[in-house]
Amino acid sequence: MSKQTLIPIGPYHPLQEEPELFKLYCDGEIVKDVKWETGYNHRGIEKLAEQKSYDEVFFLVERICGICSTSHPFAFATSVEEIVGVEITNRAKYIRTIIGELERIHSHLLWVGLAGHFLGYNTLFMWAWKYREPVLDLFEMIAGNRNNYAMFKVGGVRRDIENQKIPAIEKVLSLVKKKTDLLVGAVMDDPVFHARTKGVGVLTRQDILDFAAVGPTARASGVDIDVRRDDPYAAYPLVNWKVITAKAGDVFAKAEVRLLEMYESVFIIEQCLSGLKKEKEGDVEVKIKHIPEGFGTGHTEAPRGEVFHFVLSDGSNSPARHKIRAPSYTNIATFKKSCVGQSISDATISLAAVDPCYCCTERLAVAIDRQSGNRIMNAKEIISHSASITNKLLQHE
Amino acid sequence: MGFKSYCFKKSLWLFHFGGASCNNCDIEILDCLTPRYDLERFGMLLVGSIRHADVLLVNGSINKKDKPRLLEIYEQAPKPVLVVAIGACGCTGGIFAEGYTFAGPVDNIIPVDAYIPGCPPKPEAILAGIVKLLGKN
Amino acid sequence: MVLNELKKTFAKEILDSEARSKRRVTLRIDPAALVPISVHLFRELGFRFIIASALHTKKGFEIYYHYSYDGTGLILNLHVILDQKKPEIESLSNMFESTNWIEREMHELFGINFLNHPNLDQLLSEGNWATGEYPYRKRFKSNEEVQT
Repeated sequence: MSKQTLIPIGPYHPLQEEPELFKLYCDGEIVKDVKWETGYNHRGIEKLAEQKSYDEVFFLVERICGICSTSHPFAFATSVEEIVGVEITNRAKYIRTIIGELERIHSHLLWVGLAGHFLGYNTLFMWAWKYREPVLDLFEMIAGNRNNYAMFKVGGVRRDIENQKIPAIEKVLSLVKKKTDLLVGAVMDDPVFHARTKGVGVLTRQDILDFAAVGPTARASGVDIDVRRDDPYAAYPLVNWKVITAKAGDVFAKAEVRLLEMYESVFIIEQCLSGLKKEKEGDVEVKIKHIPEGFGTGHTEAPRGEVFHFVLSDGSNSPARHKIRAPSYTNIATFKKSCVGQSISDATISLAAVDPCYCCTERLAVAIDRQSGNRIMNAKEIISHSASITNKLLQHE
Repeated sequence: MGFKSYCFKKSLWLFHFGGASCNNCDIEILDCLTPRYDLERFGMLLVGSIRHADVLLVNGSINKKDKPRLLEIYEQAPKPVLVVAIGACGCTGGIFAEGYTFAGPVDNIIPVDAYIPGCPPKPEAILAGIVKLLGKN
Repeated sequence: MVLNELKKTFAKEILDSEARSKRRVTLRIDPAALVPISVHLFRELGFRFIIASALHTKKGFEIYYHYSYDGTGLILNLHVILDQKKPEIESLSNMFESTNWIEREMHELFGINFLNHPNLDQLLSEGNWATGEYPYRKRFKSNEEVQT
């Protein structure tokens, strides 16, 4: 058996989103196995949700993930409304959809930027993040905060998008469209991007089905699933759009799917805005006095894939059990397939292609025994060890 | 000029430690580096290792698994080092303070020089916080 | 429809069924029949496994296995009730990769034992809470069985 080298990525590195540790077992340059260690980010949210009232849970689930801070409240609201059996007003549906799609645009821009950064294509990084700012400004205008919008509540939304704000949104959308053209050009016309991403991190259709992966990860491998179309919620049945899929399953296909999805998002928002103009202003919520016993399941399509919430109500003011499944939970498991057999330099982009972003080098200096993987010395011990060696050398002289 | 202010006179290099956070602060920190805010014009640079850094940015509520690692990173930092707690979770634990894995907030674990509250703090607030910190020394 | 077929094939094992709407169906099944039903759903009918939610109630430990039938938007919940004192059920991870982590998580947070699971190591904790302590278990006043 050849000797394998353990290369850790994480848990703390400068461009991370969440602290997580990947252990790549390499033989020479080739990755032979990937192991994943988590828990650095475990906050016990499902337990915390049981102590909070239904209104408060929204603020909690918003903070599961800062980028998907609409998708989780969206799914939670859907599942609680399923328990109550209430239909929200059309205006609230449109507003929910607008917020959800704006979030998709900013999340995809963020991913394209980071993907560029992982490949050393920093121009793409700076461009994508520069043009993400106007979208965040829109959120600030609508909700008062750049992230964590606090827009959702059971039975509707917390605040209206007044008709006078619509022109400002339309202006940003036309800018986004123009800049997406620019980014598509920057990605599709760049020979280096092609060379680095085509045929890298391939997930076949069967892999996707085995791991039950969702979202752009699945759609890039030709698995045509999208909750927005399959189980329509909010205003999605009221608007026209199409699901973007690709066949190849490599990183390039994933980038392509995400870029093209941004056009669809812009298209959806435009239709929602014209829908808003027809509805009465201020008609954004249905009052709900009591949440009966029972359970509800709600799923929505987040930028990364399907978010699933299960809420069990015992008739009291707070959920008796709240189970949350974020899309990365199933998507991350596909690393086992996408990374193994590739060179280390491709591993970072394969890991990032799913859209939990990991890169850079491991920065927690701990001496690790190569054979067993056990930690044998911490930083302090290394320093004292080296000091003792220096002393010995000095004594010899 | 004291030793500390001598050390922090020129370009500061930053290292970012994200505890059990929701990513928002992480992304707003990263946002500071992008064209609109452009932190690098002040000579500040996000570096990959605490061994190269002058400032340790900590965000997120710290859970029991993070705690020893945060301590270890603090130990590895070349002294003097400035520690900045970013966001509501970094300052107080925020909404996650009641969780069963919570071990923070940051100032219970390592000494903190500046607090930047907000959920998440806007990039302007992060910039203002770090500039104020520089003025202090 | 798919469901009628399923009910016919597993007439004995399905104890109870409840349809909230066309797209939300819950089947309570015999825990012993979980594996054959899941394999049938996954391999023959092309269902996608979403997640499993464990609960601790007065009845014991309950698990809802959520499946999605993509294309129609159907969410099928398989509901099993396990023993209060010694919760254990056959693992699905030998059949599908996708259930591996959630079973480890349920084992860790609720103390439900999954028989024949390939690797029941801790997924989340490393001294976050004491071994043998399950943070998601509840205490019930009327029930003698309390948290270990």
